[in-house]
Formats: sequence, C-alpha cells, structure tokens
Amino acid sequence: MIIPPPPGRPAAPLDLELVQVTKRFGSFVANDRVSLKIPSGTFHALIGENGAGKSTLVKCIMGFHTADEGDVIIGGHSRDIRSPADAYQFGIGMVYQHFTLVPAMTVAENLVLSRPDLPATIPWEAERKRLNAFMRTAPFQVDLDQPASQLAAGQKQKVEILKQLYLESRFLILDEPTSVLTPGEADEVLGLIRRKVEAGELSVLLISHKFREVFGFCNSVTVLRRGKVTGGGLVKDLTTDDLAAMMMGGPRTPRTVAKADRAPGAVALELKGLRADKDSGVPALEGLDLCLREGEVVGVAGVSGNGQRELVEVLAGQRPATGGEVLVHGEWYGATRTDAARHGVFLLPEEPLRNGCVPAMSVAENIAFREFDRPPIRLAGCLVSRRGIRGFAQGLISRFGVKTRSTETPIGDLSGGNVQRAVLARELGPGTAKVLIAANPCFGLDFAAVESIHGQITEARNRGVAVLLVSEDLDELLSLSDRLLVMSHGAIVHETTPAQADVKVIGHHMAGH
Amino acid sequence: MNSAQPSEAPGALLADATATVPGPVPVAKWRWRSTAEAIAIPVAAVLAAGLLFGLFCLVQGRNPFSVFAAIYKAAFGSGYSFQNTLVRASPLMLTALCTALPARLGLVIIGNEGALVVGGLGAVAAGLLVAGSPAPVVWAAMALAGFGVGGLWIGAAGLLHYRRGVNETISSLLMNYIAIAVMNHLVNGPMRDPASLNKPSSYPIPDDRMLPPIGETNVHYGILFGLVACVLAWFLMEQTTFGFKVRMVGGNIRAARLAGLPVSRLGWITCLLAGGAAGLAGMIEVAAVHGRANESLAAGYGYAGILVAFVARHRGLPIILVSVLLGGILASGGILQRQFQLPDATILVFQGLVFLMILLSDSMYGRFGLFKEKDAA
Repeated sequence: MIIPPPPGRPAAPLDLELVQVTKRFGSFVANDRVSLKIPSGTFHALIGENGAGKSTLVKCIMGFHTADEGDVIIGGHSRDIRSPADAYQFGIGMVYQHFTLVPAMTVAENLVLSRPDLPATIPWEAERKRLNAFMRTAPFQVDLDQPASQLAAGQKQKVEILKQLYLESRFLILDEPTSVLTPGEADEVLGLIRRKVEAGELSVLLISHKFREVFGFCNSVTVLRRGKVTGGGLVKDLTTDDLAAMMMGGPRTPRTVAKADRAPGAVALELKGLRADKDSGVPALEGLDLCLREGEVVGVAGVSGNGQRELVEVLAGQRPATGGEVLVHGEWYGATRTDAARHGVFLLPEEPLRNGCVPAMSVAENIAFREFDRPPIRLAGCLVSRRGIRGFAQGLISRFGVKTRSTETPIGDLSGGNVQRAVLARELGPGTAKVLIAANPCFGLDFAAVESIHGQITEARNRGVAVLLVSEDLDELLSLSDRLLVMSHGAIVHETTPAQADVKVIGHHMAGH
Repeated sequence: MNSAQPSEAPGALLADATATVPGPVPVAKWRWRSTAEAIAIPVAAVLAAGLLFGLFCLVQGRNPFSVFAAIYKAAFGSGYSFQNTLVRASPLMLTALCTALPARLGLVIIGNEGALVVGGLGAVAAGLLVAGSPAPVVWAAMALAGFGVGGLWIGAAGLLHYRRGVNETISSLLMNYIAIAVMNHLVNGPMRDPASLNKPSSYPIPDDRMLPPIGETNVHYGILFGLVACVLAWFLMEQTTFGFKVRMVGGNIRAARLAGLPVSRLGWITCLLAGGAAGLAGMIEVAAVHGRANESLAAGYGYAGILVAFVARHRGLPIILVSVLLGGILASGGILQRQFQLPDATILVFQGLVFLMILLSDSMYGRFGLFKEKDAA
C-alpha cells in the first residue's frame, strides 16, 4: 500500500468481538453485558433507539471510555484499548456524526495532517505523490485542492471516510454517517464502502437508525435496547418487522396514570406551516402543522435530530421561526412575557439548567422568573422585593421538595434532579398554566421523580391544561398521551392513539421508512 | 411503573415521592465564604501586581519600599494630595460604569475612551450653544449632551451587536480611534478657536459657566456626578426589575429568552446607559477641568475605567472605592518622575500589571476549598 503500515498494524480486515461488555455511569448502566461478533470482512449494523447505548459501546471500542467489565477481542487476542491512539494502533478508525475537518485547510492538508506520525516539517512534495497514488485506488474522488469549507456535506463525509482509508484503518466504525446526507448521497457513500468490504479490505460497524441502510448494505445486525442486546443475526434472515420489534421491545402495554375521562375542549395551541432552521442554517422544521386542545396530552415521538428540539425552542422564544405561525387560543403568539402570561403558556425545557435557569442566581430568584415583574413581588412599579421573592419561592420549594440548603443558594450548586424540581415548581406551581409544553421532562431522573412528574402532567391535563409532550421515551409517550404524533424530517408524519398504537408502525415512521 | 397515580394537589405528589426537606427552608444565610472570596482574590491580585512592580523598581535601581511610600504620600498623604486623587477618581467612576453595566449583561465593552471623548465634544458644543444662559442651565445642557452623545456612541456598538452580530468588544475598541479622529478633526477645523495655537482646541466655555470646586477644596462637583451615578447603577442592577432582567440575560441568555425577555432591547438600553456614563465623564472633564475640548480629553481615563470595572467585578459600589484607589495611583505619576527620575509612564506599568493580575485572578474563583460554601445539596 501507499504508506507502509506502521509496525504492529494489521494489513487484512479485522475481526472484532465484544464479550459481555458492561459500562456504567454512576448507577446508570449504559451497556449491560453486550456481546457481539463481527467476522473479518463483514458489514455489521448496530441499531437501536436514542439512548440505547450504541454510542457508548463504540466509544468503549475506540478507547474514549473503558468498559467496566468484559473484553474487546481483536484478531483472537483480548486487547486493552485506553485511548483513540491505541485504537489506531490496532487498525480501528471511526467516522463521527459531526465533521472533524479543518475548514480553512484543503482536502490534501486535512488528509496529511490526520496522520498521527506526522514529522515536524512536512515534505509536501513526497506527501503529494503518496496522496495522488492513494487517490488512484480510492473508492471516490474529491478535489484535493479544495478547502474543506467549500465542500458540500456529502463530500465532507467522503473526505472523512477517505481519511480513515488513508490511515489504513482495517476496521471502520461509522456513527450515523448518513444523518447529514441526502438519501442519494447516503446510498452512494455506503455503496462504495460496501464495495471495499466485498473486496476484502475492510470490516465495518455501522451505527444507524435507518432500516433501509441495514437491509441495503449490511451482512449482519445487532439490536440494542436500553443497553442490552435484544436481538440480531444475519440480515437475510430478518424482516423489518423483526427489527422494529427488537428495537421497540415488542408489543407494549401502555401504563395507566389515572387519566380522567374527558373529551378534549377548544383548540389551545395551533401550529400552521411552522418553519425554522437549525444553528447551521439547515431547515429543521419544514412546514409543521399541529393542533392541541384543552385537556389533552399530545405526545411527539421521533428520533432526535428530526426537529423536535427546534420545535420546542421556537415555542420557548429561543429560536426565531422562519415561516408559518403559532396561534394560542386563536391569537398570534410571539413567546414574549406578555403573551406567555396572558395565555398561560408554560414550558418544561430539556436540560433545565442550560435552558431554563441562571446558574449564578439563587434558587429563589430562579423560581420567581415568571413572577418577579408582577405584584406582589414588584413594588412601586419597578422594584423587585427580595422578601417577596423569598416568600414566593419558599412555599414552592417545600411543596415540590427541592432540596436546597437555603433560598439564597445559587441554583447551579444544586443536583440535576433538584434543578428540575425547581423548574417544575416555577412552571407548574402557580397552577395558572393553560398550555404546557414539556420536552423530555424526565430525562436523567430516578424512578420516583419520573413517577411524580408524570403524575403532575396528568393532573394538569385533568384540570384542562393542554399539554404538548415532546419526548424520546416511547414508553412515556404511550402512557401519558391522548394522541401520539411521530415527527420525522421536520414534519408530523404519523398520528395514532396509544390504544391503537402499533410500535412497529411507529418504529417504521421514526426510522423514516 | 403501572400503579395508578391519584390526582391530588400538585406538589404533594412530588413531596411524597422524594423524601423532602425537613422543616421550613432556611431563608437567607449570609454567604460569608463567597463574600470573602470576592474580596480576597482581587486584593491578592493587587498585592501580586505590587510585588511585580516592586521587582520592576528594583531592576531600575530604586528601592521599591520608598517608591511605594512615595506613591502613598502622593495619593493619600495629605489633604491636598487626597483632593488631587478625588479629582482623578470622578471620571474613573463614570468610565468604569461604561464597562461594568454591559458586563452584567454578558457584553464586554471597552469603548470607554471613545465615549468619553465624544461626550466631551457634545458637552462643549451644547455649552457653547447656550453659553449666555445661567450657569445651571449650561451645566444641565452640557450634562444632557454628554450623556446623550456618549450613550448613542456605545448604543451604536450595542445595535451592531444585536442587529448584525458584530463583536461588541472589537467594535467599541475601534470606535475609540474613530472618536479621537473625529475630535482631532473638529478641534482642527469647524470648532477650532484661532487663539489656541500650539494645542488646537475648541472655543472655551466661559469661566463663570464652569463647574466650580466644592467649597474651599480643589475637588469639583464632578465627583458628585460619579458618586450618584455609581449608587444609581448599583440600585438599578440590584433592586429594580430592569436590573433583574439584565442579570438574567447576563447569567443565561437561553433562560432569559424562555422567560420571554426582550434580549436585544435590554442590551441596547444598557449600552445607552453605559455610554451615557462615559459621556458624562467627558462632560465633567470639559466643564470642570479643561474648559474646552482638545487632545487632553483622551488622557486614558477611559482605559483606566476598564481596569476599575474589572477590579470591582462590575459592581456599582465597589467601583467608587476602586476609582479612588486608582485615582491615587494616577495622581502619583508626577512624583515618580520628580523624586526617582523614573519616566512618567512608569505608573502605567503599575496600572498594566494590576490589570493583568486581575484578569489572571478571574480564573482563581472556585479553586480554594476555604471559600466553598458548604451547602451544595
């Protein structure tokens, strides 16, 4: 090959086996005795819902994490991989979800600079010759002299893959490589990698949500759910129904949370053709329509990255809409303080410390964010009464069980669960909510806290509050929702009720099938 | 998770589910460790700067202790020198607010010098326009003009930031040079007093329309402007709904947006007030010290104000104290030259060292166990 492989690096595609790998974060078990086997020269898929533990597992292979228990076996030997540099030594390379190219540098520079054994001064002429020779054997061509910043997403992804080939990786891990590509580009890239695999040059582990990719390109598949292997096998022996069932955990009985039997009332929140962009300027919401009535919980399911976050941010006033409109009680809603107070729109954001709190301000002040500029906390038209804030917060702190040493403690010093309770106290405590938007409200909380938040949401619904629940936890959605919507690519693609819900169908829609 | 949830009063559920706080929540507890940290770290930084400056003096062949003694004497040693210190402290209090107010909002504005200069120009223009009116009218017109022009100056930086995403630090810094160029143009051209030969200046404010000294002292009424502005700034930030909103935006802009705050309007108003304060500093320099606009306006009070704001951690009341201290250091520049034959700029070395150490000390917060509050739940 073009660069002589460094000593100790293999020349043939690797076979890799994981034996009973367990990884814990505190009390949370991200991977629970995961075993899988990828023989040399195969294309293996790893699929599962968000939070199933796929990324953690490959990070254990790459040396970002060290598994608490279990073995990584490469070429028949148990290997201790402590850093990505170790992984490189063993011939394992990874293509990340996000680009790692230096935008201002050309493709050639990016490729050469990725070599870990780079000399202090680079003999560009010699490198250039090697690169040209390498490109003659490369599965796809990219202009070496283009700056990376001028490449389209698909081309960038190709360069990322070329980089791994240039580094002579014999085992390639692809972490949702197609999430930034159009279906056409995705097929092209995966097809070319598939050819490399068939030519006996590579083994590949592909992390994906998309059944189409599994069935189109892979030999075998492993399904993870909640950190455990729930199934797998050769792709030719499986159907999409089998995979959906493994991924979603088979038919589920919705949990019942004492839902009062009530017919939905008038329309509270209506979204018409809502559009918004991601931070990168790529459209996230593409004409989203949604209607939410008083006294119902509408759940929004979907694989993360399909516009749910942007939807919540638009409703929270954290992201401008680029088109369409938000109506609350039939009136145009601009997420200002006046609008929110007048229509009783409250919001439980995900990551409450990042989205809904000022870490350096006190617990009491944070709880008073919705009330500080209204009497009785506001005095004489423009003053904030400290005593008023304390009095207001004190009652809510004990009612919602926020564990804090005093009302004046900065909220950033509290534990995650207590921050969440403080935000819950702020948004639900006054009981004046008419519309409640909740985004992954139980993420990272323990069992008891989850139970009580679910109780709060159901209780609000029973009082006639219109609740929009955006969540990545399908069980949560099935137990709380009156109607369930599935979101994909910035639009609602499927609607059902928990009673009629078929997780396989939901899974298909989530996977964009 | 299949037990039915009874729908009781909200909160009762949560309280049950998570073994809760015993008894009532303690209300306020004086967080002396944080307070001690906020005092100890800047003091240590200033001491460290003093140590380095002492070394500098040693290298120059001077006894550092006698240099410090001389600085102290020149700054606070006598009634006369203290008055001199206060005269220098008054513009510092105002220019410090130009950095301190936007800092509470998360903006780093360093256009203090420029806002001071354009504020001084505006004040001179207004003062000359109404020079025939009674003195209080002239003062009011000058103050309003200084505040207004300075406010619009920094307001422009704020507007560029919120409308076009321009970095406010860079734009306000560059606007300093524009302001000084504009002043040079005006005092060499349209506003030039033909009588000012070797130092081109504007026409002067009549002597009897200048801000007078307080009683028998040399300290002019500008110090009152500074004191009142700092107290007002403290009150605005700590006691009003406006200040509460500003602190929310500065602490976490996402949370502020979630609470429905008009982030860019708050930012723009804060920039206006900040620039207005620096503009007032220009006004008192013109109305109480120079009597006219010329290059003496750009004497570095703007840059020194940045230092004051950082040392005072952008809080209104500490700014008063720090301004007096720094005013004293500035006032002692002459003595170093006369007594120790050190160049005038030596005092700027000291000032620069203090600034560096203060910026460095910012990374020290939260590193000392002694200052950690013991109440993280």
